[in-house]
Amino acid sequence: MRETFPLFPQQASSMAPRVDNLYFYLLAVSAFFAALIALAVIYFAIKYRRRSESETPPGVEGSMKLEVAWSVIPLLITFTFFFWGANLFFAMNRPPPDALEISIVGKQWMWKIQHADGQREINELHVPVGRAVRLTLTSEDVIHDFFVPAFRMKKDVVPGRYSTAWFEATRPGRYHVFCAQYCGTKHSAMTGWVEVMDPLAFQNWLAGGTGSESLASAGAKLFAQHACNTCHRPDSLARGPNLEGLFGKTVKLQDGRTLVADENYIRESIVMPNAKIVEGFQPIMPTFQGLISEEGLLQLVAYIKSLSKAGPSPAGIPPPVKESAPEREAPK
Amino acid sequence: MADATAPATSDASAAHAGPRELQHQFDTVEQQRDASSLGMWVFLVTEILFFGGLFLAYTVYRSQYARAFAEASRHLDITLGTFNTVVLIVSSLTMALAVFSASTGRRRALLAFLLATMALGGVFLGVKAVEYGHKFHDHLVPGPHFRFPGPYARPAEIFYSLYFAMTGLHAAHMVIGIGLLTVLVLQARKGRYGPGYYTPVEVCGLYWHFVDIVWIFLFPLLYLIGRHIH
Amino acid sequence: MSTAVVAPPPEAPAVEPPVHYLNATYGVKSWLLTRDHKRIALLYLASITFFFFLGGLFALLIRLELLTPAGDLVQSQTYNKLFTMHGVIMVFFFLIPSIPAVLGNFLIPMMIGARDLAFPRLNLLSWYIYMVGALFTLWAVVHGGVDTGWTFYTPYSTASSNTHVIATAVGIFITGFSSILTGLNFIVTIHTMRAPGLTWFRLPLFVWSHYATSLIFVLATPVIAVTLLMVAVERLFHLGIFDPRLGGDPILFQHLFWFYSHPAVYIMVLPAMGVVSELVTTFSRKNIFGYKFVAFASIGIAVLGFLVWGHHMFVSGQSVFAGMIFSILSFLVAIPSAVKVFNWTATMYKGSISYRTPMLYAFGFIGLFTIGGLTGLFLATLGVDVHVHDTYFIVAHFHYIMVGGAIMGYLGGIHYWWPKISGKLYPEAWARFAALVVFLGFNLTFFPQFILGYLGMPRRYHAYPEEFQVLNVMSTAGASILGAGYIIPMIYLVWSMRYGRAAPANPWGSTGLEWDTPSPPPTENFLTTPVVTDEPYHYSPGEVEIVG
Repeated sequence: MRETFPLFPQQASSMAPRVDNLYFYLLAVSAFFAALIALAVIYFAIKYRRRSESETPPGVEGSMKLEVAWSVIPLLITFTFFFWGANLFFAMNRPPPDALEISIVGKQWMWKIQHADGQREINELHVPVGRAVRLTLTSEDVIHDFFVPAFRMKKDVVPGRYSTAWFEATRPGRYHVFCAQYCGTKHSAMTGWVEVMDPLAFQNWLAGGTGSESLASAGAKLFAQHACNTCHRPDSLARGPNLEGLFGKTVKLQDGRTLVADENYIRESIVMPNAKIVEGFQPIMPTFQGLISEEGLLQLVAYIKSLSKAGPSPAGIPPPVKESAPEREAPK
Repeated sequence: MADATAPATSDASAAHAGPRELQHQFDTVEQQRDASSLGMWVFLVTEILFFGGLFLAYTVYRSQYARAFAEASRHLDITLGTFNTVVLIVSSLTMALAVFSASTGRRRALLAFLLATMALGGVFLGVKAVEYGHKFHDHLVPGPHFRFPGPYARPAEIFYSLYFAMTGLHAAHMVIGIGLLTVLVLQARKGRYGPGYYTPVEVCGLYWHFVDIVWIFLFPLLYLIGRHIH
Repeated sequence: MSTAVVAPPPEAPAVEPPVHYLNATYGVKSWLLTRDHKRIALLYLASITFFFFLGGLFALLIRLELLTPAGDLVQSQTYNKLFTMHGVIMVFFFLIPSIPAVLGNFLIPMMIGARDLAFPRLNLLSWYIYMVGALFTLWAVVHGGVDTGWTFYTPYSTASSNTHVIATAVGIFITGFSSILTGLNFIVTIHTMRAPGLTWFRLPLFVWSHYATSLIFVLATPVIAVTLLMVAVERLFHLGIFDPRLGGDPILFQHLFWFYSHPAVYIMVLPAMGVVSELVTTFSRKNIFGYKFVAFASIGIAVLGFLVWGHHMFVSGQSVFAGMIFSILSFLVAIPSAVKVFNWTATMYKGSISYRTPMLYAFGFIGLFTIGGLTGLFLATLGVDVHVHDTYFIVAHFHYIMVGGAIMGYLGGIHYWWPKISGKLYPEAWARFAALVVFLGFNLTFFPQFILGYLGMPRRYHAYPEEFQVLNVMSTAGASILGAGYIIPMIYLVWSMRYGRAAPANPWGSTGLEWDTPSPPPTENFLTTPVVTDEPYHYSPGEVEIVG
């Protein structure tokens, strides 16, 4: 099914044709200037070839007009590259709000994938066609990079933080996943496949999987297991901030700074609780670094996010099992 | 100094006969002095960038972990730090006086001030070694044995990584400086320097002052940041 | 190891034995303790030639492995070590010192009418520092190598790799001081030692480009030095500056690394641009078109080059706004490069163009550098860079700049000044043939890699999907041709040292001061200190035609 000698990558995402259009524009401008310079050099080299060893051509004074022209015109052309490219880059960094959420953990040398409703896979990513998918990526060890050429999508996967990327597949099929950031011995084996399916087939695939528990409810279990609710609770005994409705809200810190509670903030608050102390609380929370895996952290984040959504959590996830327990988080 | 290539250059040197210290590639003593002085300034610019990488890392982490840095800073010995700061400032004074003595041809004063500068540098390094010893004893050296009570252990380890990197690099510069001063002392004893030629003393002086100035930045950034945050 | 390479020069012909820098003294000691900038240049020439072929050997093994999709020639980790050592050796031990330390060292004092650099002992010390750093790195190579990639990204380099990272990083750290001291020496020399009448705007453009390069040496090298020192210290003493487990930031390493390593690209290509300015004028017998624009373009590249490092990190997760700033600044730095290319082309207009070997390399440089520069625009364009970042597209791009640009300039310069350096002429027919082989081999090697990159083949891959094989085979075939193209000049240049015809003082009819003195020059460069009264590249006294 795959071409044996392709010269151009498949276009399988909504972004791919947009990147390719800009690429062709760059190619056209570059070909024009490369040809211009090559032809000028060849023409001059032939026309003005040395005919006798003693000839001395007259000197030439420079020309301000020409210098300005060949500085300003290329500059203006590069501005068109800049604006077009920046526009695309913005689009690549703005996932649509209703996107399907999938989290991916890279480790030497495999990709571990968790779907929101609990499906897990390794080195294979099943997604529906025609639906935006938002990836939350992190690494257990060194820097990796999640690269799907057919989607023109690439994002570094950095330990200690979450990166996000998104795509909307437009054509069913199987597409390469590569790790594009050198990560050690088996770097070139850290590859996989994206399987783009019809929405119906995707639903069937989801239903046929083994994952029974959604990400958020797995997070709720972890929350209870680590006794987070001892401190993060809504009543007067709370020694940590209330986590209900936290996600996406502005948080005021003890040192006067404010920030918006996003995934990275929640993650940091679990592994390094005292980096940012919420105003009115004491730095008493112990770190959970090393006690909770990267996948567990992603589950906790999903749980805390689910506390901010009215009713059942996104993507049809059932409500967290621990709904009745006092939920609060330990973010600093 | 080792004139191993003398056969290749001696004829030419003779052709540009001048003061003994004038090297063959220069036409005049002024040109040679300008070159040496410019060379040292360019080198100091390099040095600023060299420390600059660490100052950048410090700035990034301090803004990220302000409280932790303040807490970690409290475990540094401010008395010894202040003492060392005074020692270095005095050594800059003696270095400046050494340059002055060389330029006015006072050989004994030059020797005395150079030795005083070296001694002060030695005191600084000795105190630094004592401080490092305390940190080692208190398990504040980053690595598997690092212990920091309270909630800030991890960022504090970054603080102490930077502390050792920055003060260690500074101390290495002090050692090099003392080495340069040793050479100056040996040359000065032979009477090499006088009002007509004291460029090496001047250039080493620039280096010594630079190393002192680095400390003037390191001291508040490392020792004093905890003093105003509670 | 270089002591063996620097054999004493052949004896001067019996007919007339003029004393010059090569035959003034004999013996290994007279070379190893020399303070003559010309002899130090030859020490560098021998050392970097060794490293060029060592790095080239690694490249050849890489290309052989990639002949087939499966990783069947060497193991994964061996492959990773091969591309790491290829990068480390080519970048730090060949390309960065190549033109500055050999041609710059040899020529700058002569071009400005000086007897030597300002600090000859420091110059010799630079070479020894280079060799000490090189020995550390060679030790690492011999004892099993290093597998971090030449970029040493943390936390792989600090926490994961179990190879000789420390020795390699220390080797590069030490060699950095060689670069710094060379740059310092050039800056001071150009400021204080110009001959009477040689004002700044009478300097050859080769000197301008080396001045710009020296600024980068002095301002950027210390940052990589301290950064790699931190990597070594982090491995050795477990300091945790870049360690994400402590809350440290591995991306900070990338900022510090590229703050040096992007300007380092200009360290490699600016001197080659200086060489090309000399070649185009000499072999067109014309003054350069737009002297001041070409001169200031060098400075502009050096300055702007410091502000664009973030374009290596568009997919690292730095903020979108940071990406935009680095993107637009990267476009700005393209302009002075374009100005240079246009001015070289315009210099040929109404010239008297000779197709001697150095000019063939200059043609090659203009063509390949243009492609390398234009593909750089793809990488500065945010939306496109996301796709081609860390693929073979970028491998092709920087080889067009560094091999197509810097090495073409270096070879052109070596041929152009070979009569001055050795006092002998090289065989012209062989040299033209080799230039053609290099040009064709280069394009066959690297052009397919642009296509591979856009197809999505990531760099540093030991094994790859089968559909990429045809292009990889083309690339490997090109690499074999390119390798042969590099060996031919090596052979005939060494041959010419003994058997070549004696070179006149000025074989090309050039105008620079270095051609005003015998070939090879005497130890003191000039019999009498020159006085400069002319503009540079003054080929046609009296007649100046106004264009445009």
